[in-house]
Amino acid sequence: MWILLFVILVLMIGGAIFSLEARDLLSAVIAYGIVGFGLVIAFMLLQAPDLALVQIVVETITLIIMIAVILNSTREELRTKSRKTAIYIVGTLIFIGLFLYFFNRVTGGLSPFGEHTLRMSKAYIEPGAQITGSANLVTGIIFDFRGYDTLGEATILFTAVIGVLTVLRLKGRKE
Amino acid sequence: MKGMTIIVKKVTQIICSVVFLYGIYIVVHGHLTPGGGFAGGVIMAGSFIFLVISFGSEFLALRKEESGSSILESSGILAFLIISVLGIAIGGAGIFFVNFLPKGVVGRLISAGTIPLFNISVGIEVAAAFLTLFLALLIYKGEVEE
Repeated sequence: MWILLFVILVLMIGGAIFSLEARDLLSAVIAYGIVGFGLVIAFMLLQAPDLALVQIVVETITLIIMIAVILNSTREELRTKSRKTAIYIVGTLIFIGLFLYFFNRVTGGLSPFGEHTLRMSKAYIEPGAQITGSANLVTGIIFDFRGYDTLGEATILFTAVIGVLTVLRLKGRKE
Repeated sequence: MKGMTIIVKKVTQIICSVVFLYGIYIVVHGHLTPGGGFAGGVIMAGSFIFLVISFGSEFLALRKEESGSSILESSGILAFLIISVLGIAIGGAGIFFVNFLPKGVVGRLISAGTIPLFNISVGIEVAAAFLTLFLALLIYKGEVEE
């Protein structure tokens, strides 16, 4: 399982880099789709079907909207002169080295991935089904223990839609 | 936006209602199986979006205002707020978001108190929000071209 996960992660990194560098914006968006759908498979492998379901649906809708936007606007990215001198490459290498060093230092003290539960999580996981009455623990947490957070999320979505409508509307509503 | 070929239209006619039913299933069974209000809402919005994309916006005669889906979205989040505030009045302890309905048997369809109601209201809100965004992008682009 871990080998498959690493293959998918490498594919996702490759897709992300390609979507940054591609001249054709349509192929950039399709390469960005590799990242999203790779994340779906990674969630399935890590036994998180709730997240995988949300991710695959949102990814599909987002990809459709982004492709529709690109087909209606310019498809080729405007060419700009890029000077890649030696100092850029040296700076990039120094940054990558620093990042890897500090990442290793920080994550070295943690317990292995997926094999550690906090005391707080244990209080949610073990009596969760009895307290909330919900067989799906994720739903029990997001609508019962953390209901206030979910209210915030729903409000964020509502506010975002209102903002988009306000920005996009050219003519006012007729009274 | 123009429609697509007859193959896509025919397949969408068959698929679309099934996708919508699947979204309702995901929302209603949110407390039993993976999924819930957010995922099911996006699936329900997706069935409408596929319909609009395959048949084209001229054929479906979209109205200038997207007021229907906008009202549905607002009422979804209003229902969420009302259920959560009812916990103060009915719950006894006076706690916001308290689960005031009987829990029932774990694993049954009607169980878990207010959680299915929250799921349904969030599902309505998310479906209407995504549909409103899509219709807004489509309708106001037509306004610019006029």
